[in-house]
Amino acid sequence: MAQRTTEIVTGLFIIAGLAALVFLALQVSGLSPKSDTDTYTLYANFNDVGGIAPRGKVAMAGVTVGSVRSVTLDRETLQARVELAIDAEVDNIPADSAAVIRTSGLLGEQYIDISIGGDMESLQPGDRFYSTQSAMNLERLITNFASGK
Amino acid sequence: MDSGVYITLRDVVFSRSGRRIFDGVSLDIPRGKITAIMGPSGTGKTTLLRLIGGQLKPDSGEILVAGESVPKLKRKALYTLREKMGMLFQSGALFTDLSVFENVAFPLRVHTSLPDDMIRDIVLMKLEAVGLRGARRLMPAELSGGMTRRVALARSIALDPELIMYDEPFAGQDPIAMGVLVKLIRDLNLSMGLTSVLVSHDVPESLSICHYACIIADGQVIGEGTPDELRQHSSERVQQFLQGQPDGPVPFHYPAADIGSDWGLGGGSA
Amino acid sequence: MMDNIAALGRLGLDVIATVGRAGRFLTGVLVGVPRPSVGFPLLVRQLYSVGVLSLAIIVVSGLFIGMVLGLQGYTILSDYGSEAAIGQMIALTLVRELGPVVTALLFAGRAGSALTAEIGLMKATEQLSSMEMMGVDPLRRVIAPRLWAGFIALPILAAIFSMVGIWGGMLVGVEWLGVFEGSFWGNMQASVSFTEDVLNGVFKTVVFGFVCSWIAVFQGYDCVPTSAGISSATTKTVVYSSLAVLGLDFVLTAVMFGDF
Repeated sequence: MAQRTTEIVTGLFIIAGLAALVFLALQVSGLSPKSDTDTYTLYANFNDVGGIAPRGKVAMAGVTVGSVRSVTLDRETLQARVELAIDAEVDNIPADSAAVIRTSGLLGEQYIDISIGGDMESLQPGDRFYSTQSAMNLERLITNFASGK
Repeated sequence: MDSGVYITLRDVVFSRSGRRIFDGVSLDIPRGKITAIMGPSGTGKTTLLRLIGGQLKPDSGEILVAGESVPKLKRKALYTLREKMGMLFQSGALFTDLSVFENVAFPLRVHTSLPDDMIRDIVLMKLEAVGLRGARRLMPAELSGGMTRRVALARSIALDPELIMYDEPFAGQDPIAMGVLVKLIRDLNLSMGLTSVLVSHDVPESLSICHYACIIADGQVIGEGTPDELRQHSSERVQQFLQGQPDGPVPFHYPAADIGSDWGLGGGSA
Repeated sequence: MMDNIAALGRLGLDVIATVGRAGRFLTGVLVGVPRPSVGFPLLVRQLYSVGVLSLAIIVVSGLFIGMVLGLQGYTILSDYGSEAAIGQMIALTLVRELGPVVTALLFAGRAGSALTAEIGLMKATEQLSSMEMMGVDPLRRVIAPRLWAGFIALPILAAIFSMVGIWGGMLVGVEWLGVFEGSFWGNMQASVSFTEDVLNGVFKTVVFGFVCSWIAVFQGYDCVPTSAGISSATTKTVVYSSLAVLGLDFVLTAVMFGDF
């Protein structure tokens, strides 16, 4: 009987450990059980991506709607070409929307914000954002301000 | 194979950390008999048992148990051979986290796939043989020294071995416990035909039950034979050990010139 | 002078010999897994004594460390007006570093020393020897379940530690100091990556679990079977495990998070 109790308590222990791991995965790292098939791809070219890196956040009106898949250099335009994975549910982004790089808080991480346009047509998978706004470079801003430009 | 001999040691040499413990020991242990191996403390009697059990390997020489060369056996064969051996350790060496019953059942559970009720019957039978059937629910910590050894004895005969080795079974026991153990060793030998090897320095108890005895000192066998032969042995060292004289040729006491000088008459050593 | 050099050489050879013994010991433990019907109940019993019985100290320590991180983080971050980042700070600290390391250190002190003492005492009372004479290999029967139990228990304990710690941090940050719960979790989720942070942390605990259990059972098995020998082996377990954990943590962190 003692062996049985031990087995049950040990079983609970292991389940608690797995539950803790699931907690760390879902609640702490925000891993969502959704798979990659639920997203579609959009592209955006920036003059300066700043701190944007793969798996960075893509938000619309403050709500996360996707993530950055890759950041590469476009050889033709010499701009940074960012591949975005957007949730399939969000399939009605107006075609004239802009991709803007913003910073959460003063020192927070940079993310891509989709600034909504007014077009009736929506962006289709594989489309490129027509207008983008690059990362605000605080250092450059201060330099410009100081030199009076 | 000589049918009358169960264990053979030939010219066994063994040394540990630079000290030579056995220097050419040869010995035959007869099948189905009780053999006592005696000798002063520190002569490596326990080491001898470990050599027979294959826990230690000799530097050179041959050790045959039931016709198999123990030092040359592969791991698996050695473990199979050990199932035929039982060993009673000086401390009993019961598993402290298991009850008396489970201790005795341990070898059965590991080496056989008998059903539980059969294991129970065997365990109770073995405990009955050592007179401790009533103590089966106790934990080892609740047992006296003598009872611990009896439980350990029941455990070592659980698999009905061919050979049982007793490491100092009488050391530190009160006279009653000693008597019980002497009786048990003799009964087990008679009823099961066990080849028994008894390592001890308790001369009267050992000689009273053994069929055959040998005395080891300084890494060598200094005398062997039946108890009667040994009592008549011509060697002074054997006589000194058997009679427990403080003085004599065995150099564990500083040699004295003659008894008289110890009485302060001559002062010869000064 | 020559004596000192000779002593140094002897010490070096001793260390190498010990490492060799530990390696041979490990092979002996790992080869020849016992039958599941025999091994499983033994493993469960050890998981209980190594894992479940360590749970209390792990939960309490995790809670307090998380709460302290909450307080400290708040004081520092509120200077920059970014106290919302407190969740991110607590989670990253716990998941990457404090969870694995502190759990391993506590484990070495609580479970490792107990393992060493238990095995050492079994050796001193000839239990291991008598098992060998019964035709049962103590490496498989006694040591292997304990090694595996430690190896399995530590990652579980560390995950629980991190979870409780984050909860403790939230208690302080959100309930007492008034950080918005949404930004607490939101910041955390935005910055903690499952593969980079959580899985790397789990990998660390797997390594620590293996090393701590190995040191503990080896010290017990290799000890001088006297009371002084067992006490020195227990000390060695705690000291060696702690040093190994901290050293390996640096190496693993450099490999996982270092940019080179």
